[in-house]
Amino acid sequence: MDPRPAIIGERFKDIKRLIAVAGGKGGIGKSMIASTLALILSDLGYSVGLLDLDFCGPSTHAILGIDGVYPEEDKGIVPPQVHGIKFLSIVYYAGDNPSPLRGIDISNAVIELLAITRWGSLDFLIVDMPPGIGDATLDTVRLIKGVEFLVITTPSKVALETVGKTLRILKEMSIPIIGVIENMKMAESSYVREQIRKIDVPFGGEIAFDRELEDSVGNAVRLLETDFAQNLKQIVLSTPAFKPQDGG
Amino acid sequence: MHEWALAEGVISTALEVAEREGLSEITAIKIKMGELQQIDLEIFELALREIRQSQMSMVTNATAELEKEAAVLKCRVCGREWAFGDAPLADEERESIHFLPEIAHTYITCPGCKSPDFQFVKGRGVWIDSIVGR
Ligand SMILES: Nc1ncnc2c1ncn2[C@@H]1O[C@H](COP(=O)(O)OP(=O)(O)OP(=O)(O)O)[C@@H](O)[C@H]1O
Ligand SMILES: [Mg+2]
Ligand SMILES: [Zn+2]
Repeated sequence: MDPRPAIIGERFKDIKRLIAVAGGKGGIGKSMIASTLALILSDLGYSVGLLDLDFCGPSTHAILGIDGVYPEEDKGIVPPQVHGIKFLSIVYYAGDNPSPLRGIDISNAVIELLAITRWGSLDFLIVDMPPGIGDATLDTVRLIKGVEFLVITTPSKVALETVGKTLRILKEMSIPIIGVIENMKMAESSYVREQIRKIDVPFGGEIAFDRELEDSVGNAVRLLETDFAQNLKQIVLSTPAFKPQDGG
Repeated sequence: MHEWALAEGVISTALEVAEREGLSEITAIKIKMGELQQIDLEIFELALREIRQSQMSMVTNATAELEKEAAVLKCRVCGREWAFGDAPLADEERESIHFLPEIAHTYITCPGCKSPDFQFVKGRGVWIDSIVGR
């Protein structure tokens, strides 16, 4: 019998809101939004953690410029605090090397990290997910009780097609969906908004394509000053889910 | 000491089992300690004892028996099996595997064909073999 799942609830008991940032496709801005969301919430004075569960393509450390830190060991592992955010990623253990993991390994690694990490008390834990509905997402839903999803898409009909499947599965499992964010918006169009409303999921807001965003990657201070971050902050301030009430 | 976190998992699992099976007391827990995770058995045993005795519960008087299990890896590409103990690893690599056994795929490749696509046949980490109670 696996001894780990039984302790996972205990690890999350002092976290008010658990938010997984997910989407259907790759490369649509999940990691960028998860990282910047953590920065914004921390900047607003909340205590925030960021967990990168994309083991095959971890990127939040690169987006936030996190390097040279390591968790402490104290009856488990305690994530280091960087830019005010308690940060945990597989890069602490894999470094720059690739981690070629199959589904069973991904699942095992997710369970291990959830079981041994002591986050302490937090207003928000933001979880950056790999694309699609694979092992990491299924384990997040299975093991992190009370998790809510922030789902990302782009204006592309192709992205919308796959995100629809993610949304359908989340709804079938009765997982709360905070909203869908339409990222990299380049032209005025209400198409995505209407499609999302049609399937009875809250539309979270839009983020414009930001040409200067790439120049701020790796620099948390500059990232917060981008139009991208300003757009996301508007969404945060106008969405009730981004208040740390209990029992999200 | 991240051994402690895993020991907590063992005790919580035993308590869950006791509740589910309607037992009044857990008398013995048998645990397999897979080599890959390189858990310090003394620290683990001590953690188990401290957690058990920290409060009166159905598991306070249980005995814990730890049994080491050698780690065996098997290549999915060429089928070769080998022992984790044979893998040439730097200290930091060993330590990373200690925290997250799946990291073995980052630092170990098949001695036959160099593929990182192998499975853990046995000996990955802490595993509860049996829980006995009444
Ligand atoms: N609103 C935006 N404007 C301009 N560029 C953006 C925007 N959002 C994201 N990007 C860029 O798009 C790229 C992909 O973003 P990101 O890595 O966050 O995607 P992802 O969905 O996490 O990808 P993966 O599925 O591979 O994890 C990055 O280079 C990022 O800087
Ligand atoms: Mg990503
Ligand atoms: Zn091989």
